[in-house]
Amino acid sequence: MAADSYEDIAVGKGDAIPALEVKPQDLYHAKSFWTRWIFCQDAKVIGIQYSITAIAIGLVALVLSWLMRLQLAFPELVPFIGPGEYYQFVTMHGMIMVIYLLTALFLGGFGNFLIPLMVGARDMVFPYVNMVSYWVYLLAVIVLVASFFVPGGPTGAGWTLYPPQAITSGTPGGDSLGIVLMLVSLSIFVVGFTMGGLNYVITTLQARTRGMTLMRMPLTVWGIFTATVLALFAFPALIVSCIMMTLDNLLGTSFFMPAMVQFGEQSEYSGGSPILFQHLFWFFGHPEVYIVALPAFGIVSDLISVHARKNIFGYRMMVWAIVIIGALSFIVWAHHMYVAGMNPWFGFFFATTTLIIAIPTALKVYNWVITLWRGNIHLTIPMLFALAFIVTFVNGGITGLFLGNVIVDVPLSDTYFVVAHFHMVMGIAPVLVVFGAIYHWYPLITGRFLHEGMGKFHFWVSFLGSYLIYFPMHYLGFVGVPRRYYEMYDSEFMTVSTNYLNQFITVVALIVGFSQLVFLYNLITSAKFGKKAGKNPWKACSLEWRTPEVPPGHGNFGKELPIVYRWAYDFSVPGAKEDYIPQDIGPSQVPEAEAEQT
Amino acid sequence: MIITITVVLVLVLIGIIVAVKYPQRAVSAALALVTIGSIAFHFLTPWWWTEIASNWGGIDDTIILTFWVTGAVFVAICLFMSFCVWRFRYNKDRKAEYKPENSKLEWALTIFTTLGVCALLAPGLIVWNKYVTVPEDAVDVEVMAQQWYWNFRLPGEDGKLGLTDIRNINDDNPFGINLDDPNGVDDILIEGDDLHIPIGQSVKINLRSIDVLHDFYIPQFRAKMDMVPGVVTYYWFTPIRTGDFEILCMEYCGTGHYAMRGRILVDEQIDYEDWLSEQVTFEEMMASINKTDLIQLALNKKGDK
Repeated sequence: MAADSYEDIAVGKGDAIPALEVKPQDLYHAKSFWTRWIFCQDAKVIGIQYSITAIAIGLVALVLSWLMRLQLAFPELVPFIGPGEYYQFVTMHGMIMVIYLLTALFLGGFGNFLIPLMVGARDMVFPYVNMVSYWVYLLAVIVLVASFFVPGGPTGAGWTLYPPQAITSGTPGGDSLGIVLMLVSLSIFVVGFTMGGLNYVITTLQARTRGMTLMRMPLTVWGIFTATVLALFAFPALIVSCIMMTLDNLLGTSFFMPAMVQFGEQSEYSGGSPILFQHLFWFFGHPEVYIVALPAFGIVSDLISVHARKNIFGYRMMVWAIVIIGALSFIVWAHHMYVAGMNPWFGFFFATTTLIIAIPTALKVYNWVITLWRGNIHLTIPMLFALAFIVTFVNGGITGLFLGNVIVDVPLSDTYFVVAHFHMVMGIAPVLVVFGAIYHWYPLITGRFLHEGMGKFHFWVSFLGSYLIYFPMHYLGFVGVPRRYYEMYDSEFMTVSTNYLNQFITVVALIVGFSQLVFLYNLITSAKFGKKAGKNPWKACSLEWRTPEVPPGHGNFGKELPIVYRWAYDFSVPGAKEDYIPQDIGPSQVPEAEAEQT
Repeated sequence: MIITITVVLVLVLIGIIVAVKYPQRAVSAALALVTIGSIAFHFLTPWWWTEIASNWGGIDDTIILTFWVTGAVFVAICLFMSFCVWRFRYNKDRKAEYKPENSKLEWALTIFTTLGVCALLAPGLIVWNKYVTVPEDAVDVEVMAQQWYWNFRLPGEDGKLGLTDIRNINDDNPFGINLDDPNGVDDILIEGDDLHIPIGQSVKINLRSIDVLHDFYIPQFRAKMDMVPGVVTYYWFTPIRTGDFEILCMEYCGTGHYAMRGRILVDEQIDYEDWLSEQVTFEEMMASINKTDLIQLALNKKGDK
């Protein structure tokens, strides 16, 4: 391994620090309680507002999942759940988790809090628009919640909202306000997201501090930045399909609605294409998977590196892998539609692109585990969650190789194998990263650690529990058990009753759900009673830990912005006294180890 | 049952003791146990696919191949992590290695992964090619789905299904058969009842829906395809054993989705012919409601050709 090839990125040898291009501008300063804490333009506060709202609505989805699991395993305990309610719960659980929790939390929450701090900026570039973004998101959540209270209830169309059933009378909420509110809420969400998303992208491109080249940014920023670019391209497909479906529903157009006879009645529609909707939906929907996954990839890289006291292995490859995965994610969407009735010859193309995307993804996994090799591993709670992420992500990733290979998808699609796969890969894995990230950055947000005992309990129950839920669930898919069945009972094609497994999964799911309440309690009480953390408690190199005050104040970095001299991963550099050198320490300022000087 | 519970409780207890006493080793052990447990579950599980009843054994083989290739990678990665966590646990006197890149290793891993992906994709695409290429001797069968039951149509003596249009559907013509097409006159109609097919005969299943999306799936046949209103989709298979199989709707189609089941019976040729002789054709159905004039119209068109 030639020394100069990494020193280029590691220390930026020979890179002169560029002169200041733009004069520092004064920030907006809040004058009252309202503008400081409620209608606040500080990205850190907006990030926290996003996170709290996302977690709150996520709890609703969590409760819905308990009700679904009870119906599947112990229907006699929940006699109030009929098929209509069950399908409403399935739909709202999925939609909330994917859009209103994960997307909002990773981009709106972590993006807002971390991007300006990590790139050395005082705030986002458009603080006012950024504030509006949150309030529009909140409006989308309120419209979504409102659908629970309208006559007919929320839509039960499945989170994919496939027409024709989504807007017809055979589906809960299909001929009432439920589906309308869902489509309106999604459209509002996209509007709000676009305002925030432009901020994240432009701040990353334009507001980095001196010396912070793109190839010195922490991978967290790379992940969130690339995910936001994907989202800005993908969400338009969602908003247009929502608007077109609303027109079909309310004005009787036929974008997605063909001629049909439902319950003996000829419909007024004719000539529309239900498959067109699926193409639009998945053109958004597949990048959406990576909108959730890429920030998780970035964050977990940083967690592993900091807590193993070792630079992330193959940083440049990690960056390119993120970018390539992001680009490829736009040409794989129809692997969700192998058996949807599109031209079967598309299968060859989409199976090939889908399996190609496995290559950069696998390389990222290799680089995470190689980072552990000869590290000095602190098994802190963030590290535990990072390790658990790798296990669940690899597991969910390889079942993706089953479903992406078109012929293997034929028997498995729409079975519990799919449910297990996507929960493992874009439910459990990213959520474990969210937990790890919260344990990691909580000391920066509040100045205190989360309680370690409760944290460990939360980790073990969440990791082992969710693995016990989803690993065996794949095998229900092999049996052929269909997803989205209100009840299955025992059909003769099942040689062994699947009900035992269903009951086991439900019991574990309730336990895992309970442990989340412990986490919530920890989150609330530690803000006041947690152990004081002080500055940079994990001894990390990136800039968010280098603020003069903890928690960082308005404007983030005192009088002068930091100047960056190196990448974010200078851990355990030979010859240095400490096992980390922060990014804003210049080459001449590094304290050298005494032993090695002689 | 009691023995199982006791064993589980003892294991949990040991786990807790180890975890409290040796937190570093506990994580390493947990990672190894998750790996070994997953392998054990895979080989011991009673939940496995059904005995195959069609020619699509190639699909099962591809799945088994995928299991071996991906399983090996999963085990290797998890055990490697488990080893690293144990071997490189924190020690205040030791410093981590400083090694940002290793292009040789990175290239080797890239090539290794690419080869693995090719090994999965190539056989998969060969079987898919077979799946989308219907053999010439396959006979047509139509499945027509509606909320929430199944109807079937067989081509009759001419071996051809008549054309249909959703807009033709009414009480007298539940399949929407196009009266301009004489091929439809002798079609055999089965409304909301079981379908029979003969063993060993390849069938092309033509799939049609008159309302929302549905999907025609029989676990033992492995094959599956959505039905889309306005489009005729298809797949084909050859039944290889007789039996009585359950049809499941596999694409969410509204409140009654879970109850949308049907039956398909694979018969010996002679039983199949018995069953077939009892079914009514479109012509007979029209006669039974005194609508023979419409049929006559259709037959005249046949004369014109």
